[in-house]
Amino acid sequence: MMALAQTRLDQLSARIAGLHFPSTGWQGKARGDALSRLGEVGLPAARDEYWRYTAPAKLTAAEVKADVSKGEVAFDETDALRVVFVDGVFDAAASDDLAMDGLEIVRLADAVTDIHWAAEIYGQLETKGQTPVVRPLATLATAFATDGLLIRVTGKATRPVHVVYIGKSDTSDAILHHCVMLEKGAEMTLLESGDAAARFTSNLEVDVAEEARFHHVRLQGRNADRRVNTHIFARIAEQSTFKSFTASINGTMTRNEAVLDIVGDDAIAHVAGATVGDGRDFHNDDTVFITHAAERCESRQVYKKVLKNGATGVFQGKILVKPGAQKTDGYQISQSLLLDGDSQFLAKPELEIYADDVKCSHGSTSGAIDDTALFYLRSRGVPLRRAQSLLVLAFLAEALSEIEDEALAEDLRLRLEDWLDRHEG
Amino acid sequence: MSRSASKGLWANIMLNIKNLHVKLEDEDKVILRGVDLTVEAGKVHAIMGPNGSGKSTLSYVLSGRDGYEVTDGSAELEGEELLDMDPEERAAAGLFLAFQYPVEIPGVGNMTFLRTALNAQRKARGEEEVSAGDFLKLVREKAASLKIDADMMKRPVNVGFSGGEKKRNEILQMALLEPKMCILDETDSGLDVDAMKLVADGVNALRSEGRGFLVITHYQRLLDHIKPDVVHIMANGRIVLTGGPELALEVEKNGYTDILAGVE
Ligand SMILES: Nc1ncnc2c1ncn2[C@@H]1O[C@H](COP(=O)(O)OP(=O)(O)OP(=O)(O)O)[C@@H](O)[C@H]1O
Ligand SMILES: [Mg+2]
Repeated sequence: MMALAQTRLDQLSARIAGLHFPSTGWQGKARGDALSRLGEVGLPAARDEYWRYTAPAKLTAAEVKADVSKGEVAFDETDALRVVFVDGVFDAAASDDLAMDGLEIVRLADAVTDIHWAAEIYGQLETKGQTPVVRPLATLATAFATDGLLIRVTGKATRPVHVVYIGKSDTSDAILHHCVMLEKGAEMTLLESGDAAARFTSNLEVDVAEEARFHHVRLQGRNADRRVNTHIFARIAEQSTFKSFTASINGTMTRNEAVLDIVGDDAIAHVAGATVGDGRDFHNDDTVFITHAAERCESRQVYKKVLKNGATGVFQGKILVKPGAQKTDGYQISQSLLLDGDSQFLAKPELEIYADDVKCSHGSTSGAIDDTALFYLRSRGVPLRRAQSLLVLAFLAEALSEIEDEALAEDLRLRLEDWLDRHEG
Repeated sequence: MSRSASKGLWANIMLNIKNLHVKLEDEDKVILRGVDLTVEAGKVHAIMGPNGSGKSTLSYVLSGRDGYEVTDGSAELEGEELLDMDPEERAAAGLFLAFQYPVEIPGVGNMTFLRTALNAQRKARGEEEVSAGDFLKLVREKAASLKIDADMMKRPVNVGFSGGEKKRNEILQMALLEPKMCILDETDSGLDVDAMKLVADGVNALRSEGRGFLVITHYQRLLDHIKPDVVHIMANGRIVLTGGPELALEVEKNGYTDILAGVE
C-alpha cells in the first residue's frame, strides 16, 4: 500500500482531530481497525473517480458551520418507538423506552461488554463494502461514531422504530453508526427523519438473515444548508427482503450510498429515492452498488430527482452479477425532471455481469415537464402551478410506490407536495 | 365600446370570432387567415372541412395552447376577450375543448384530475368547492350514463384507455365541468356505432339555452345524432361557406371539391 501523500495525511488529521475514539473492548478493536484502514486510503478527494460528480469538500472539511433551523421530522401519524438524537447526542428524555416485543435495542455508547452480537457486524459489513471501491467516509464513521443504535430483531417487531434527528447547534458534526441484525424470519421497519446536525455522517449496517424482512424509510427534509453523508451496508440472505427508501428535500450536500450484498438465493433487495432540490446550492448524490452472489434474486433501484434553478442531481448505480448468480433479475432506473435549463443531472449507470442466464435492465433519462400534458390540465381549469405540481408528483410517483406501507408513502408524498407548493416559480 | 355594453349588445352570443389570423410562433407558416364565426347560446354549430384546413388549430387557439401567434382578430366568450386569458381562465370562464387526441398523463389519477379541475374552476368563479362525497356521486352518475367503467376512473388519466374510451372520457369531463361553450374536435372519430350514440346522447343531454356547441367532424353520421343548427365549411384557414344541416349532407355525398370550387 502506497503511503498517503502529506497533504492528504494533513487533511485527514485535521478532520479527525478531537473525534470520539474509545479504544477498549470489542468496539476499540473495530474502531482501531477502521482507523488504520482510513490511514491507508485517506479522505475522498475531488479527483477520485468515485467523486467525479460530487465535490467531497463539504463532507471532509475539518470544521463545519451550517444553518440547522429547518430540519423536518416526518411520520408523526405513525405509531412508532421514537429514539431521539440531538446534534448526534442521545436524548433520553425525548426518547421512548427502548423496550419492544420482537426486538432489543441497545445504544452503541452503552454496548461496552466484550461479548456482544454487534461485534460480528459493526464495521464488518462496512469493511466488506470497501471493495472494489473504497468509501473512506464510512470507515471514518466506523472509527469515530459517538453513538448509534444496535438493534437485534428476534421476531416480528410490533411497530416501527423511528430514529428522530434534531439539529440545534450550527457547528455540530454528528457521526452515528447503527447496526441492525434480523434473525431468521424476523421483521422490522426502521424510520429515520430529521436533520441530525450541521454535518451528519452515518453508517447503517443491516444483516438480514434467511426469510427476514427489513424495511427502511427515511426523510432528509427541508434544511437547505444540510451536509450529510450516509452509508447503508446490507448483507441479504436467502429468501429475505431488504427495502430502503429515501426522500431527500433540499440540502446543499447530500450523498447517500447503499451497498447491498445479496448472498442467499431467492432474496429481494430494493432501494429507491425521491429527491427535490431548488437552486445552485443544491447537490444530491445517490450512489448504489448491488452485488448479486446468489441465484434467482431480484434487485431494483428506482431513483427520481426533480431539479430546478440550477440544482444538481447525481446518480451512480451499479449492478454486479457474480459468476453463478443465475436467474438474477436486476432493474435500475434513474430519472430526472429538469424544471429549467440550468439544472443538471449526472448519471452513471453500470452493469457488470458474469453469469449467462440473467435479466438486467437499466435506464436513465432527463426530461422537462410535458407541455402537452400541462396544457391538457390547464385547459380543464387546473391553474398552472397546480398543474405543474401534479405532473411533478406524477413523476415521483413511481419511486414513492416502492414504499410498501401506504401511510408512510402518503406522509412523504404530502411533504413533497408541500415543498412543491412553496417552491413555485 | 365598453365590456358591459358589448355584453348587453351580444346577450345571446356565446362565442364571437372575428377576423382571426394565426401563424405558427416559430415558423412563418400561416394557418388561420381571417376566421369569422359566431355561435349563439343554445345553438349547435358544426365545422367540416378538408384535412389540414385549420379546424384543430382554431380549437387550440381558442383554448390557449402555446405555439401559435395571433396576428389579427379577436375571439370573445360572452363578450370577454378569450385571447388575453390563460388556458385555465378560459376554462373557468366556461370554455371546453374535447381534444382530437386526448392526452395520457401517467401518474395522475383520473379522479384526482377531475376533482382538481372541477374545484379549481369553481374556486376561480368564487363558488364553493364540491365535497369528496358529492364529487364521487357526481362522477359515478355521469360515468354510468356514458358506460364508463368505475375501474377506468381509478387509472391514470387516459393511460391504457382505448381510442373510444379516451373520447368518452372527454365527454365525461365535459358533463362534469358543465361548460358554457363546448368545442368538440372529432370526438366521433375512432368510436364504434354504439359509442357514438352514447357520446351523442351525452352531448344532447347537455344542450340547453345557455350553452353553445362547436362540433368539428368529418362525418355526417355524428350529425344525424347531434342535429346541428348551422354547418360551416372551413378551407385553407377560413370559413368559406355557412349553411344549414343540408350542407353536411352535401359534403357527405359529393366531397369538398365541388363545394369549394363554387366559392373560390
Ligand atoms: N404545431 C404545428 N407545427 C407545424 N404545423 C402545424 C402545427 N399545427 C398545425 N400545423 C399545420 O397547420 C395546418 C392545419 O392543421 P390542423 O390540425 O388545424 O388541421 P385540421 O383541419 O384539424 O385537420 P384534420 O382534419 O386532419 O384534423 C396543417 O397543415 C398542419 O400541418
Ligand atoms: Mg384536426
